[in-house]
Amino acid sequence: MTAIAEISLEGVAKWFPPTATRAEFRAVDGLSLDIARGEMVALLGKTGCGKSTTFNLIAGLIAPSQGSVRVQGLDPFREFDALRGKIAVVFQGDRLLPWRTAIGNVELGLEMLDRPPKERHEAAQHWLVRLGLSGHEHDFPHALSGGMRQRVSIARALATDANILLCDEPFSALDEITGQRLREDFAALVRENRKTAVFITHSINEALQLGDRVIVMTRPARIAYDVRLEAERRATNDGAIRARIEEILAA
Amino acid sequence: MAEPTHEEGAQALRRIAQALAPFVLLALLWQVASFYFPPYLFPSLVDVFAHTIAIFSDLGQLGEVLATVGRILAGLIGAFVIGTVIATLMARLPAVDRFLGPILNFFQGIPALSWVVFAIIWFHGTEPRIFFIMTVTALPAFTFQILDALRGMSKDLIEMVMSFRPTRAKLFRTMILPAILPDILTAWKVNLGNASRVVVVAELVGATGGIGYELLQQQQIFDMAGALAWTLQLVFFVLIAQQVIAFIEARAFRYRATSERAL
Repeated sequence: MTAIAEISLEGVAKWFPPTATRAEFRAVDGLSLDIARGEMVALLGKTGCGKSTTFNLIAGLIAPSQGSVRVQGLDPFREFDALRGKIAVVFQGDRLLPWRTAIGNVELGLEMLDRPPKERHEAAQHWLVRLGLSGHEHDFPHALSGGMRQRVSIARALATDANILLCDEPFSALDEITGQRLREDFAALVRENRKTAVFITHSINEALQLGDRVIVMTRPARIAYDVRLEAERRATNDGAIRARIEEILAA
Repeated sequence: MAEPTHEEGAQALRRIAQALAPFVLLALLWQVASFYFPPYLFPSLVDVFAHTIAIFSDLGQLGEVLATVGRILAGLIGAFVIGTVIATLMARLPAVDRFLGPILNFFQGIPALSWVVFAIIWFHGTEPRIFFIMTVTALPAFTFQILDALRGMSKDLIEMVMSFRPTRAKLFRTMILPAILPDILTAWKVNLGNASRVVVVAELVGATGGIGYELLQQQQIFDMAGALAWTLQLVFFVLIAQQVIAFIEARAFRYRATSERAL
């Protein structure tokens, strides 16, 4: 079966012009990558290898210096509005609007989609309850713990029901137990709703646990290893794959 | 809602007393001075109060107060609107920033009194003159304050909102306006105080009505009680305006965290 590419990067490079304190910086260089619909891809790599730049290119927040990025066949940067409601992003930090309550933050994406107030309120309420935040709907971000804030940001992304989820280390700020529980919930939600998900992580364990496919990147954002994981191999945490990833990351 | 306890009531009274104490002391010293000096230097506060009541109860004189208030508000609104447009252009276009930044800095160096003179030469009629003076003197401050607010917005939060691909109107409503509102209100507080000083100078020299003009009349007849009463009208206006802004702040910034040990 030939999978339809939901996300496609072709010979993508991204460099940032020199500034007063830094020479020209090449974050991504010659990156080509296809991600099929419904795939859950873990992007793994050391700090500064261009994962976040790749993420921002897919999200359409920055334009490639060279090459092409397509999401559902569209250029996410130039055809910005055409992808409204199709991509949802969970950022590394929670990035909650401090002037909005938890439910107000979750409603944000739905406001952009012109959903009626009642509908967006119900959807936001549903996701907050699902993520264990019942009773905190009207709390402002400063009154929530770091883990709760991150869960609000995940609820905000899921509430839009976008087909593509981009997640930049969504669980890194959480304690181990909360992180593990959220990781499992997140994977179940993504698979249950047949979403395409790309998540950046530093953790080999997380990548092997969540990804249908693990892509290991080296500087400047080139693919060093690209492996698809069978469910049972993921369950047994295949030692050979782990060893190969560790070897690349140690190099 | 719980009824305030006896202790809370006492604390509230103590706060009010602490706030009023300096004014009561100042009034007492003034009143004592009025017993020893002639009225044109230190008039009795009873006379000042009588003048103040007379201004409030006479429609003609109250009209002069309202004219000044209207001039302040018109000038500030003009400066705010023009300043917002210029600041937005400067924030978006580096060429505009490089071109207009030095001009605004140059404008800031021109004294308010010079603008009064220019306005008298350039414009006919009181209202265009005063509107010009009020606008041009408040413009650089509003522009720089709004520009700083726009530049100080969190890049992370803007990216987050942009990830939902908002229209320009929604980006403004959900992100830009709430982010810059605290700076806008601060700019209004600062500029209100400045404008109340500038308007008096403008009316003193270039008008035939308003609080500044009335102050000139009191000076010519050496009526200190009248001068104080007219000055108090302006002070009342600034205090009321500051309270309105404080009320808006209390409503709009409920989300802000407070620490028991802050500052």
